[in-house]
Amino acid sequence: MTAQLTAPARTATQRRLLRRLPWWLATVFLVGVAVIWIFPFLWMLSASLKDNMEMFSGGLRLWPKQFVWDNYARAWNDAHFGRYLINTIVVTVITVVIVTVRCATAGYVLARYRFRGSRIFLGVLIATLFVPTGYTIIPVVKISMQLHLIDSLAGLILALSGGAYVSAILIYYGYFRQIPRELEEAAVVDGAGFARTFFSVMLPLAMPVTATVAVLTFITTWNAFFLPLVFTFSRPNLRTVSVGMQAFVGETATDWAGMAAAGVISIVPVVVLFIFLQRYFVEGISGAVKS
Amino acid sequence: MTIRSVHLTRREARARAGASTATNQRPARHGWKKTTWIWVFLLPTVVLYGIYTIYPIIASYWYSLVEWNGFDENQTFVGISNYREVFADPLFWNSFKVTLLFMVFVVPARVLLSLLMAMVLNSPKLPLIGVLRSAFFIPVVTTTAIIGVVMRFILDPASGPINSALLKLGNGGIDFLGDPQWALPTAAVLYVWKFFGVTMIYWLAALQTIPYELNEAARIDGAGTWQIFRHITVPMLKPFLIIITVLTIEETFHNFDLMYTLTGGGPYFHTEIIEIYIYRWAFAAAIPQLGHASAAAVVFGLLVAVVGALQLWAVYVTRRKGAPR
Repeated sequence: MTAQLTAPARTATQRRLLRRLPWWLATVFLVGVAVIWIFPFLWMLSASLKDNMEMFSGGLRLWPKQFVWDNYARAWNDAHFGRYLINTIVVTVITVVIVTVRCATAGYVLARYRFRGSRIFLGVLIATLFVPTGYTIIPVVKISMQLHLIDSLAGLILALSGGAYVSAILIYYGYFRQIPRELEEAAVVDGAGFARTFFSVMLPLAMPVTATVAVLTFITTWNAFFLPLVFTFSRPNLRTVSVGMQAFVGETATDWAGMAAAGVISIVPVVVLFIFLQRYFVEGISGAVKS
Repeated sequence: MTIRSVHLTRREARARAGASTATNQRPARHGWKKTTWIWVFLLPTVVLYGIYTIYPIIASYWYSLVEWNGFDENQTFVGISNYREVFADPLFWNSFKVTLLFMVFVVPARVLLSLLMAMVLNSPKLPLIGVLRSAFFIPVVTTTAIIGVVMRFILDPASGPINSALLKLGNGGIDFLGDPQWALPTAAVLYVWKFFGVTMIYWLAALQTIPYELNEAARIDGAGTWQIFRHITVPMLKPFLIIITVLTIEETFHNFDLMYTLTGGGPYFHTEIIEIYIYRWAFAAAIPQLGHASAAAVVFGLLVAVVGALQLWAVYVTRRKGAPR
């Protein structure tokens, strides 16, 4: 009797398990692929904790025999990555603020008002959507020299904030476009001027967009290489981490462990930021397709 | 100051004249007029974007017509001789070829492989889906220039982990970045790996526009996985294919960071994309030749523009075709 009762029940669970099995197999397979996918990062992390001897002989083995924290001290002090990290943070944070503000105001005005030149303005923006840095770099350096802004972080920040960032303006543009006009009118009736309407009504509404733009700009700026490279040729103490890494290789070609540690120091901040804010990041990238 | 305000009030007057066409042109209660505010709001973009994007685009043309080393002020106008030199330089055509070849390697791989991955990672029944998506996306957010340097170690012919594994397996090692035959394909594979996640997110966004009920209904009607793919997914994704290809192609032109840190254009210029060619003439030479570099930059800019225009045209045509349906 009991046997008769449990038998169909067992086959039901078995069947459910069997139905789920392909998914789990797929997951196991994908996890394997993903581990290979992120192998370079795992290797870098493990290399940053090995000593140089073990690194050369260790091959693919990831777990270090003993943890050598000294690599980080060397990267931080001797290779100046402490300094480079501060430079990068300063440059990135200020650039993010400038870019976000300028794209928000520009996107707002273009979306809400028709004025002389508004269509031309939009047209020029869209035409420069894909301008590569390699094309603009020479005049950018030349004009920075004339403005005495070359070899300075301020100059670098301005040059980075002046990049096209057309997609950021367009994201704001699209968002402000679909906000009902009554909202603005209500603010005006309440006595808010142009600036107040924007800063206390519209900008707070656009918070999700602001988060997206800020995260995207943060990652772009943190990872920037061409402009920081050219702006710091004669001033090594102004290097950002991306340029510092390249210079490190040139200067001490043998200290792999120190270099791996420097790489970890440079990459961890963006990865952490990404893990916590990936929703906004993904939102920003998929925006390009949807529009 | 006065000149500026006069200028703006004239603008304002013109805006007033056209106010009937524009909607809701109620002037602000106090303080500045609306048009003034509009331009104040645009000012940061006009100044920064004007100086660092628009001006360089135009100035490149002027610089391409002069002979100039960048150190001293004197620029001598030389007409189109820079262009003549650039076009006569086999290394320029080499970099042109490398840029296009790289694009041909990379774009189909990025677009098609990431579509496959996106379809797998779009199925709601898959466990650990969030973790997997993040894992495949992580390379995108990390600093390209640093990845380039780290990859040089990983692929090092003498003691990098990949080659020591290859040696243990009994095959000879491969000098991935030093061998002229291997360097460009290796860089292409690394590039696909690095930016795969971006295209994957594009496709995920596209796939999410297909309502889940549609797949479900088809399944109930007895359609298999292949049939669903063939008759629902593919037709629904077609318009996205073009836009995603456009975006991917344009992104492959921005590849200085990875190439420069990975190979620096070597071995023997086998991976020298146009951006590195420009950099070499403008910044890496003992006597910089900014005129020559600018001429190359202008040609590069035109290439990007032409490719972009062709693609936008393709988007436009397909949209039009799609419209009557």
